[in-house]
Amino acid sequence: MSKFLKFTLLAGFAVSATAVFAGDYGLGRPALPEEIAAWDVKVMPDGRGLPEGSGDVWTGDEVFAEKCAVCHGDFAEGVGNWPKLAGGWGTLDHEDPLKTVGSYWPYLSTVWDYVNRSMPFGDAQTLSADEVYAITAYILYSNNLVEDDFTLSHENFTEVEMPNADGFIVDDRAETEYPKWTGEPCMENCKDEVKITMRARVLDVTPDEEKAEAAPVEAETVAVAEATPEPEAEPEAPAVDPALVAAGEKVFKKCKACHQVGEGAKNRVGPQLNGVMERAAGSVEDFRYSSALKEKAAEGLVWTPETLAAFLAKPRDYMKGTKMSFAGLKSEEDQAAIAAYLASFSD
Amino acid sequence: MSETFKGKSTSRRAFLRGAAAAGAGALGAGAAKAATPDPLITETQPWARGFGDGVDVTPYGLPIRFEDDVVRRNVDWLTADTISSINFTPIHALEGTITPQGCAFERHHSGAIELAKEDYRLMINGLVETPLVFTYADLERFPRENHVYFCECAANTGMEWAGAQLNGAQFTHGMIHNMEYTGVSLRTILAEAGVKPEGKWVYVEGADASSNGRSIPMEKALDDVLVAFKANGEALRKEHGYPVRLVVPGWEGNMWVKWLRRIEVTDAAVQSREETSKYTDTLEDGTSRKWTWEMDAKSVVTSPSPQAPITHGQGPLVISGLAWSGRGAITRVDVSKDGGKTWETARLAKPGEKMALTRFYLDTTWDGKEMLLQSRAMDETGYVQPTKTQLREVRGLNSIYHNNCIQTWWVKPNGEAENVEVS
Repeated sequence: MSKFLKFTLLAGFAVSATAVFAGDYGLGRPALPEEIAAWDVKVMPDGRGLPEGSGDVWTGDEVFAEKCAVCHGDFAEGVGNWPKLAGGWGTLDHEDPLKTVGSYWPYLSTVWDYVNRSMPFGDAQTLSADEVYAITAYILYSNNLVEDDFTLSHENFTEVEMPNADGFIVDDRAETEYPKWTGEPCMENCKDEVKITMRARVLDVTPDEEKAEAAPVEAETVAVAEATPEPEAEPEAPAVDPALVAAGEKVFKKCKACHQVGEGAKNRVGPQLNGVMERAAGSVEDFRYSSALKEKAAEGLVWTPETLAAFLAKPRDYMKGTKMSFAGLKSEEDQAAIAAYLASFSD
Repeated sequence: MSETFKGKSTSRRAFLRGAAAAGAGALGAGAAKAATPDPLITETQPWARGFGDGVDVTPYGLPIRFEDDVVRRNVDWLTADTISSINFTPIHALEGTITPQGCAFERHHSGAIELAKEDYRLMINGLVETPLVFTYADLERFPRENHVYFCECAANTGMEWAGAQLNGAQFTHGMIHNMEYTGVSLRTILAEAGVKPEGKWVYVEGADASSNGRSIPMEKALDDVLVAFKANGEALRKEHGYPVRLVVPGWEGNMWVKWLRRIEVTDAAVQSREETSKYTDTLEDGTSRKWTWEMDAKSVVTSPSPQAPITHGQGPLVISGLAWSGRGAITRVDVSKDGGKTWETARLAKPGEKMALTRFYLDTTWDGKEMLLQSRAMDETGYVQPTKTQLREVRGLNSIYHNNCIQTWWVKPNGEAENVEVS
C-alpha cells in the first residue's frame, strides 16, 4: 500500500538522519530537568518510572477507605455506576463481562500510573508515592492476588503477576475482517425476507426531549434571588447580595464534582447541599459521613458562613479524617461567596 | 470514569407527539390548491413594518431561538457523573459536513478545564536530542496546515451492540464531529527536538486532572498527526481542548488528546489506562483486541430518522445522511428502503475526502408506505460497511467500541421513524 510506503520512508528518514533531524526553526527553549521531572511521571510496564517507596495492604485499606471508597466501595466493589475495581474473574467470555483490575487489566504499572496521576477524582496528584503503593497493594488484595501481609514496593513491583496479562492480541481486523468485507456488494435480491427483530421503543431508554429544555442559567439566578427572604421581613437573615450569590455559583464549580445543589439534588460523592446553611452538620439522610464529621456534629457543629469558611479554608486541618478530599479554598471572598450561594438553596 | 454503554433505565418520552397528525394533514400538499389567501402574504407582518436588531446587539451570535432544540444532549444512565462523561452531536438536525463547534459532542474525563494561552506550555521530551518547551506563541510561528477531519469516539454506536436501544441518530451516531483544523504537523515539532533512532512511539498527554494519555506509533506521528489550535476558523472551544489539542486523522477520538501538554518519545507503548482497561475490544472467547486505532467505514441516514420524522406526506423526499472512513475517502454509499433486500446508489454531495465526513443524498419519491431505511458506505480500500450480524459473527456480543454496523430506521406510514434491528 502506498500509504505504508510513505510511513516507512518518513520513519527511515528519521532514523538515518538523526544528526540533522533537529529542526531549524530555533523555536522553543530547552526543558529543564526539574520541569521534566514534574510532568513526566508515567510508569512503563517494566517498572521504569516508578519512584522509590512502598505500601502494605493494611495501610492501603485505610487510605482506600478515606480517599477511594466513596466511589469504589470499601472492598473496591464499586458504588452505583462508578467503576468496580475487584471481582469479575472468569467472566470475560460470558455475557456482560465484568472488567476489573483483577479480571482484565494486563499491567500493574497501569494501576500505579493511573492512581498516581488521575486519582482521587476531583483531587488528582495529591497522593504520596507510598500512598499509591499502598492503594495498589490493597486493590491487589481485594482481587485475591496477594495475601494480607503483602507489601508492594518499587523493588518487587514487576514480580506481581496479572491474571489477564496474556489476554490481549494486537488489532487483527486486517486479517479477520477486511478481506471478508471487501468487494462489490449485493444490490438486488440480497435476502428473501426481512423481519424486524428488535425495536428501540420497547426498551425506551432514550432521554426525554422535553426534559432537555432547561431554563437558561440567567433565569435560574433570578429565581434564586427572588426566593430568598426579604431583609425587612426577617431582620436576622443576612442581606443577600445577588452579585455574591453569582460569584458563589462560579466558585461552586470546584465542588460540583462531588456535591449537587438545587432542584433534584442528590447525594453523590458528597452529600447534596440544599438547605445546608444554618443547619446542623451531618444531617443529610442516607449519606455516609466520615466519623470525623459525625464527631463534630455530635459536638454541635452548625454550618454558618463562619464555620463553613473555617472548614473550606483547610478541610483536613479543620476536621482531621474528613472524607472530603478537597485541598481548600484560600480566598476569603470565595468562602463568603460559597456561603451566600448555598444559602440561596433551601430544602 | 465509568462508562456503562449498555445500561437500562426507563424514561417517558414523547418527542414525536404531533408528528403523525402533521404528516396526515399535509398529505398531498404539493398538489393542493389554497382555499383562502395566506395571511402571511396578504397581511403586512410586524417584521415587514418595524425594525430588527441593529448591529452589535449580539457581538458573537448564537443560532436564532427557533433552533434552540438543536443542541448537544447526553444520556444520563451512561455514566456516573457528567464530569467524566460524553454527550452527542445533533446530527439529525445538521446538514452539509462541517460541525459547528457549539454543538459538537464533548467527552471529558475530568471536566472541561479553563487553560489560558499565557499559561499554556507544551513539552517534548524522552528519546529526543533536545527536550523542548514551547509556549502558545511559539506554536504560531511554525508553518501551518489546514485539514478537515472527522473525530469519532470509539464508543459511538456502542450502546447498540446488544440490540436496538436508543431512538435517534443523535444518540446512536452522534459521538462524532467534523471540523476544519488549523495547526502544525507533529512531524515538524518532533523534528525541532530531534527524534533519536530508538524512538518508536510517542506518548501524548493532556493538562487536565485526568491526564488522559495515549501511545501513538511513530509511523502515524510522522504521517498526518496535527497539533491544532483552531477549528472552523476560530479558536478551539474550551470543551474541545482550548488552546491546543491533538488531531489524529481517522483514529479513535480518545487519542485526540485535549489541552495537550506533553509529547514524549518512547521506545515502547506506555500501556496507559485508556489503552488497556478501556478502548480495547473483548471477543467472544474472552481475549481482547488492543491498539484498534482506526475507525472503519460507517454511515447513517440522518433524515428521516427518529428525531427527524417525515412531516410532509407522500411525494418528493430527500433522504440525507453521513458517511466516513478512518482508512481513506468514501467512494460510494448505497441506500436500501426495504431492510437490505435491494439497494440504490446514493449521490455524494461532493467527492469523498480522506478521513472526513461525506454527505450523501437519495432524492426519491415516497409512496407513503413503511420503509426499512439503511445506508451502506464503501471507502477507497474497497471495504464495505458490514451488517450488525456480520460484526457479531466475528466479534461476538461483548464488544463496546468500533461498532460500525449498518443502521436501520423503520419509517412508518405516518412518517415517524424508529431504531430497529432486522433479520
